[in-house]
Amino acid sequence: MKGSIMNRDRFLTNIRTKIGGLTASQPVEKPVWTVSPQKKVLKDYTPDQLVEVLEEQCQHIHTDFFRTSSNSLEKTLDEVLNHYGAKSVIYSNDERFVSYQLNPYFESSLSTGREIYRWNEKDKETSISFAEKADVGLTFSDMTLAESGTIVLFNKKGQGRSVSLLPRDYIAIVPKSTIVPRMTQATSYVQEMVDNGEDIASCINFITGPSNSADIEMKLVVGVHGPIRAAYIIVDDK
Amino acid sequence: MPMHIGEKDFRKRVSKGISDDYMRGAVRSAQERLQNRRAAAAEELGDWEEWRTLGQQIRSHTIEHLDYYLHQLSDKVAELGGHVFFAETGEEANEYIKQVIQKKNAKKIAKSKSMVTEEISMNAALEEIGCEVIETDLGEYILQIDDHDPPSHIVAPALHKNKEQIRDVFKERLNYKKTEHPEELALFAREKLREEFLAADVGITGCNFAVAESGSFALVTNEGNARMVTALPNTQITVMGMERIVPGWEELDIVVSLLTRAAVGQKLTSYITALTGPKQAEEADGPEEFHLVIVDNGRSKILGTEFQEALHCIRCAACINVCPVYRHVGGHAYGSIYPGPIGAVLSPLLSDYDEYKELPYASSLCGACTEVCPVKIPLHEQLIMHRRKIVEDEKKSTLAERVAMRGFEQIVHSANLYRTATKMAPFLTTPFAKNNRITKGPGPLRNWTDIRDLPQPANERFRDWFKKRNKQGGAI
Repeated sequence: MKGSIMNRDRFLTNIRTKIGGLTASQPVEKPVWTVSPQKKVLKDYTPDQLVEVLEEQCQHIHTDFFRTSSNSLEKTLDEVLNHYGAKSVIYSNDERFVSYQLNPYFESSLSTGREIYRWNEKDKETSISFAEKADVGLTFSDMTLAESGTIVLFNKKGQGRSVSLLPRDYIAIVPKSTIVPRMTQATSYVQEMVDNGEDIASCINFITGPSNSADIEMKLVVGVHGPIRAAYIIVDDK
Repeated sequence: MPMHIGEKDFRKRVSKGISDDYMRGAVRSAQERLQNRRAAAAEELGDWEEWRTLGQQIRSHTIEHLDYYLHQLSDKVAELGGHVFFAETGEEANEYIKQVIQKKNAKKIAKSKSMVTEEISMNAALEEIGCEVIETDLGEYILQIDDHDPPSHIVAPALHKNKEQIRDVFKERLNYKKTEHPEELALFAREKLREEFLAADVGITGCNFAVAESGSFALVTNEGNARMVTALPNTQITVMGMERIVPGWEELDIVVSLLTRAAVGQKLTSYITALTGPKQAEEADGPEEFHLVIVDNGRSKILGTEFQEALHCIRCAACINVCPVYRHVGGHAYGSIYPGPIGAVLSPLLSDYDEYKELPYASSLCGACTEVCPVKIPLHEQLIMHRRKIVEDEKKSTLAERVAMRGFEQIVHSANLYRTATKMAPFLTTPFAKNNRITKGPGPLRNWTDIRDLPQPANERFRDWFKKRNKQGGAI
């Protein structure tokens, strides 16, 4: 359904008069910028070097870093969940949990008394109320930015926005192939979708560690409204 | 809260700031931390100047074609099912927001940090129709609980308060029982505000940058409150100053990277949230209804003038964090929600010289602001342009200053008068001098001598001394 636009003509005519600009119906050519420093950052780094950069950056963003193979992912995840004292876990409805064979683990966890819930996009109320009480929110990373230590999530369909937000702690599983140098690669990817007229996700989140604030005396407090702790588990690809 | 804050009289505001020792200590240490973090983050890139150049190019181009990009943005948002309202004034914006809220019969509004909503006094307008507006940014929450104490910094609004003061406010207003440790204070706010996020009917956000080509907008935050506000309530309203826009995602990358480094020295903040339209089918969380309010409120007056570059500002506060004047007088002394160098440039433009003619003078013109600005706004040059306009075009300097300048003009126009005046100066000032220093000057000199001594003019004029020295065969 198309939305509405109110008061536009008067508003834009005023701007146009002031800047002596073009008419909005004529497309503006975006210039070629004379410099592009963003493209030089971590250029030509190998995937392993990018993992190293990411690991180092995790120390600056108060994030626990783990590295594992796809065969040991289940074991590592179990260790991290135990370490965080996770009694309840919510994870996004993402087919990678199936391809990385974590479903049997989730099922067996239930018998150990750990509550596990998969985000259900058809049941907003239950999903949000579970997420709100959960100890851990668990997602795969869609793209991972080495420079800043950032998990990029394209939140749509089963990838609820709340999974990485409402629980006490957040754990991201990071397939090694999702790691790129920096934000530039993620925004170029989105720009390409825009140029091709494809739908981009209604919410794209760039998540860098746990939530924090320095609003009180500029002293850093880790854990404010979003998760209090965060961990990334880097896994070699399937 | 309107744009103007505090006492009407500039000098009274300044005196209050200067005598507030705690605030000055807090500002000093905050400035140092933020300055160092910014400098380290810029240094680390190695080619910070190139990044600034790119930032400047992007901002100039966008503002030069603002009509085009706002048109494109609004088309995209409507295509996605969102509603766009263009508001020329703050009142128009508030009227529209009130209508949306009344139609929803909403009572509880959760809000994330937004300077433009402060500028247009949105909270007060919504409270008038019986809404409860909850500020959810920790700093803004503290100020709201403390009887709407005004913000003193655009990134860290409660910078002027210490943790003991915050503890006492929480104790008095919210029955808080723990200590002044920031961790405990923050945890308490987390628990209090959780309930509010879950119960809110409408979420209101500001906008760091809109992206014209995709109809998106990005929120740059650390606490997670803006994510809550845009994930949980069914209706979302985003209010943006009309200049907060870039063409595409590649430009978003640059301005966000500049903002987080310049503001707090982070490579990226904890959360950069890019939102595009209302939630789509097959999504559980996110708003069903989305409204974008684009606000002019005086900004278009700046377009096409010598101050146009002020609209390039990305609100990082780097200029505030290095300003020696801000360091001494604090944010409230500016009397505007936009303090520091950018505030001294913007406030008289968004309002007028009657209200803010002193601000362009609240600067030593050292140029530190211009040097750190991530999009290269020539801030101190803009302050000089303001001064010129105030004196020459608007004739708003004080009568004493005009008389003095007229007198000075006449004296320096005539060689005889100049000679007589400079010869008389030592004799005229003798009654006020002690040990060759004037400590309590008469009339307009007092403003100077209240703060520091003025050396008495020497008995011998430089020109006479020089002539004598030449005659005596002194080497030049």
